[in-house]
Amino acid sequence: MIFRDLGQLLILFWRTLQALPLLWRHRRKVAEQFFEIGNASLLMVCILSLFIGGVLALETGPVMVERGLSNFLGGIVGLAVCRQLAPALMAVLIAGRIGSAMAAEIGSMAVYQEIDALRTMNINPTHYLVLPRLVAISIALPMLLIFADLVGWLGGAMVCATNQQIAIGFNSFFTNLREVVEVQDIVHGLIKSFAFAIAIGTVSCHQGLKTIGGPRGIGRSVTKAVVNSIIMILVLDYFLTHLLVQLEK
Amino acid sequence: MNAANHQSVRVEVRSLRKSFGDQEVLHGVSFNVEPGEIFVLMGPSGSGKSVLLKHIIGLEEPDAGEILIEGQPAHSAAVRDKFRMAMVFQSGALLNSLTVGENVGLYLAEHQLKSPAEIDRVVAEKLELVGLKGAEQKIPGELSGGMKKRVAIARALVIEPQLILYDEPTSELDPLMAITIGEEILSLKARTRATSIVVTHDRDLAFGVADRVALIAEGNILLVGTPAEVKKSTHPLIQKFLTADFKPKQEPT
Ligand SMILES: Nc1ncnc2c1ncn2[C@@H]1O[C@H](COP(=O)(O)OP(=O)(O)OP(=O)(O)O)[C@@H](O)[C@H]1O
Ligand SMILES: [Mg+2]
Repeated sequence: MIFRDLGQLLILFWRTLQALPLLWRHRRKVAEQFFEIGNASLLMVCILSLFIGGVLALETGPVMVERGLSNFLGGIVGLAVCRQLAPALMAVLIAGRIGSAMAAEIGSMAVYQEIDALRTMNINPTHYLVLPRLVAISIALPMLLIFADLVGWLGGAMVCATNQQIAIGFNSFFTNLREVVEVQDIVHGLIKSFAFAIAIGTVSCHQGLKTIGGPRGIGRSVTKAVVNSIIMILVLDYFLTHLLVQLEK
Repeated sequence: MNAANHQSVRVEVRSLRKSFGDQEVLHGVSFNVEPGEIFVLMGPSGSGKSVLLKHIIGLEEPDAGEILIEGQPAHSAAVRDKFRMAMVFQSGALLNSLTVGENVGLYLAEHQLKSPAEIDRVVAEKLELVGLKGAEQKIPGELSGGMKKRVAIARALVIEPQLILYDEPTSELDPLMAITIGEEILSLKARTRATSIVVTHDRDLAFGVADRVALIAEGNILLVGTPAEVKKSTHPLIQKFLTADFKPKQEPT
């Protein structure tokens, strides 16, 4: 069951890759999807990452200050946010927000014979539906990640500056952050989020396309799309981190 | 795929069988549709007409038997690339996220067959043909059932198909609109010699447009023949199907 699904996923992904040369034709749909993703999630991404940075500072700050390591706080928060927390959590957020919408939209098209209608017009559903969505999400998620990194750092800095137990000023926080966090660390996060975006897009479109059985079927597909995306994200996260850390040495 | 290519196609259905789960829906259906012919399929609800059309357009694959379009299997990619085919779905199957105009022009736009201005012109022309002049900007959600069906017919006509399948094109239309659609089915044939397969419960439409009529019941073809031959048939089910009329029962007093 799992292997059949994985096989179908890989086939769908491969077919979409093969359709990449047609991208220019579908540029309008890519742009539409891209702005839809941005509109739907930018604000949520910012709020969420503000709190991620904040809570990270809150958890680590007092402990580090106690041990006289307050100088490293900016670096720790900075690294944790851009290498791991922001990429993984933003991907989970987007799986819930965008993956579900993709599965629902394509699923309802499958149930109401719209995809059959496309086929009769010799319009390939992979080109028409999957390609624009997959390209849009794999551009949008890394871009959202850059916002998430910046806002996350800001959240960390705000907590450090205002919390009585930590009391590290903005300046020293960001000085340390700049010393520790390198471009490579940000790229590390971007690469991961690009991979997560492809996973979310492929899983959600695949679930949508194979939807059967009316409104209930659509509901089932949406749930599966989100759950499977999150599982894929967390599993991929581990292996990708492993691989990237090896490469960074 | 040029507009001048109006070669009409021949459809052969040979001992087609199809089951869903353990329910066999089609039990070995065979018939031929000649190039340029209007072939009408009639039969009780649930007899497998829509399933049969889906096989002919290549959306379903047969369990056994075969369907050939000009000698090639109907579900093969070669057939779709080579011949222009269209289907009017029973439900219309309009794309709900697109406007009426975009739905009708979809084929031309996606295959980049015409410039946007020309597409607009063709779309307006076909919409007028089905009595929906100026409805381009409406969305499918705000249309009535019959209007959706007419948009679906316009969308199929835009393709200038060599083979066109209609699944109950007039089932949701008023009698006058049904006549218009019947006339359009005939005029498409006159213009382009398209091969047409029409599924309908509408006896007037059936005998008005058909070159040949087939009756299907419970997944079997009972009879294929010209309208005159079918009318003369003595098969009890066919007679009943063709002549039954609504008569209010007399209340016993
Ligand atoms: N995808 C499917 N899965 C399972 N059963 C199906 C499917 N499609 C059709 N059937 C079954 O096949 C039979 C024939 O259905 P079909 O839609 O072809 O009937 P029809 O002749 O078009 O009827 P109507 O005149 O009411 O449209 C029905 O019993 C239906 O339940
Ligand atoms: Mg039907």
